[in-house]
Amino acid sequence: MFSIIKSLWLVFLHLFRKKATIQYPEEKAYLAPRYRGRIVLSRDPDGEERCVACYLCAAACPVECISLDAAEREDGRRYPGFFRINFSRCIYCGFCEEACPTYAIQLIPDFEMGEYNRQNLVYEKEDLLIDGEGKYHGYNFYKVAGLALGNKAKGEAQNESPPVDPKSLMP
Amino acid sequence: MNPTVQTLLITLVILFTLLNFAGVLIWVERRVLALLQDRLGPNRAGPFGLFIIVADIIKIFTKEDWVPPFADRKLFILAPAIILFTVLLSFTVVPFAPGIVVLDLNVGLLFFLGLSSMGIYSTVLAGWASNSKYALIGGLRMSAQMFSYEVFMGLSLMGVVILAGSLNLTQIVEVQRGMWFIIPQFLGFLIFMIAGLAETHRMPFDLPEAESELVAGFHSEYSSMKFGMFFVGEYIGLTLISAMIVTLFFGGWLGPAWLPAPICFFLKTFAFILFFILLRAALPRPRYDQLLSWGWKYLLPLALINLIVTGAIVLMTGNPQPN
Repeated sequence: MFSIIKSLWLVFLHLFRKKATIQYPEEKAYLAPRYRGRIVLSRDPDGEERCVACYLCAAACPVECISLDAAEREDGRRYPGFFRINFSRCIYCGFCEEACPTYAIQLIPDFEMGEYNRQNLVYEKEDLLIDGEGKYHGYNFYKVAGLALGNKAKGEAQNESPPVDPKSLMP
Repeated sequence: MNPTVQTLLITLVILFTLLNFAGVLIWVERRVLALLQDRLGPNRAGPFGLFIIVADIIKIFTKEDWVPPFADRKLFILAPAIILFTVLLSFTVVPFAPGIVVLDLNVGLLFFLGLSSMGIYSTVLAGWASNSKYALIGGLRMSAQMFSYEVFMGLSLMGVVILAGSLNLTQIVEVQRGMWFIIPQFLGFLIFMIAGLAETHRMPFDLPEAESELVAGFHSEYSSMKFGMFFVGEYIGLTLISAMIVTLFFGGWLGPAWLPAPICFFLKTFAFILFFILLRAALPRPRYDQLLSWGWKYLLPLALINLIVTGAIVLMTGNPQPN
């Protein structure tokens, strides 16, 4: 009996509590930096596309929503000729980001992608490509990748720069 | 004014107010319940989200009005009409203010008790006519719950009747001019409130429609406006119980002189409706056997003790309100 009255009183006090509701279009919820939302293609610090068109993201994608075509520049660097993500299929699992060897494809904290026309959910490369480096600053795949061959250590061959020590905390 | 025209006018005004009030209660309940649960509730459509009522009504009217092929068609259609009919008819004896009462019956209280018992037919027939398991279980629960709670619902009011010396609701209110019956009849008030809650099958006692066990209980098979009638019937029933509590224990329209009588009545009734919403937010649903044993083992003896003690005191001190 006492517990009933007590719970009535406690619930009544909740009238004056701060409400948990976030009134969405006016107020926005906090999204963590690693929130998995819209997918972007980032660039390396030199402003070049990070994507090397290895198809790993398309292979990792469980719903087959990524399609791309590899192309090659005159200097031999690969880039995607077209890169297309169908966001009406995408499940925002982030596997493409995990598969990407160059940190090119990234999921960012933005989910406001509603469209009236379903066809508009298919994003082309120009829609996906951003000017910045996304979540991984200062990372350049070509500066940390590569093989030592024969007499040359890693990064010593022509047109190569010495690799960054990923274990060092110094810039 | 012609008395017939006057009665007709009062009836129409009361009907209009009640049906609209039931609509507003949908919004009130959703908002208050939300506030009690640290939410905001519907606040988008119109000022304070009031137009949610319009949206609800449009939705409920445009749904497919479907009678299941396995249902008992006649009873199925009759059932929702009964609840609305009995509940609205009960309001004829409720005195909203001096003179503003449709039917000033000298057995008003009995009329109210009789109609509230009639209301059971609605849920039981709905459960039976739906011809489905959950609906039938809901209907059965309703009948058992009603049979047990009806008994002391009537008994708990007998104390009031002894003190007032009348079954006429207007007279019962007039007698409370000196002291509201909540003070001498506190036990009766508690028992009547619990029984009334069970009667309207509101939240703590919503076993007939317990959605976590019985889908929607007795109205599982109902759609469209037939469901809407159960819904509106429930809200008007809530209003009725609140109005009856106010009439019998809280001095009806009596209040400070500067407050017009109907507004005073309305405010008291509304306070009780809000209290019932608080009950809904705070209390869990008891188990079915707990509900019944509670009724028979505690509330019925308490109601009898209340009746005997009140009668004894009135006998000893002589008739308090010579009639």
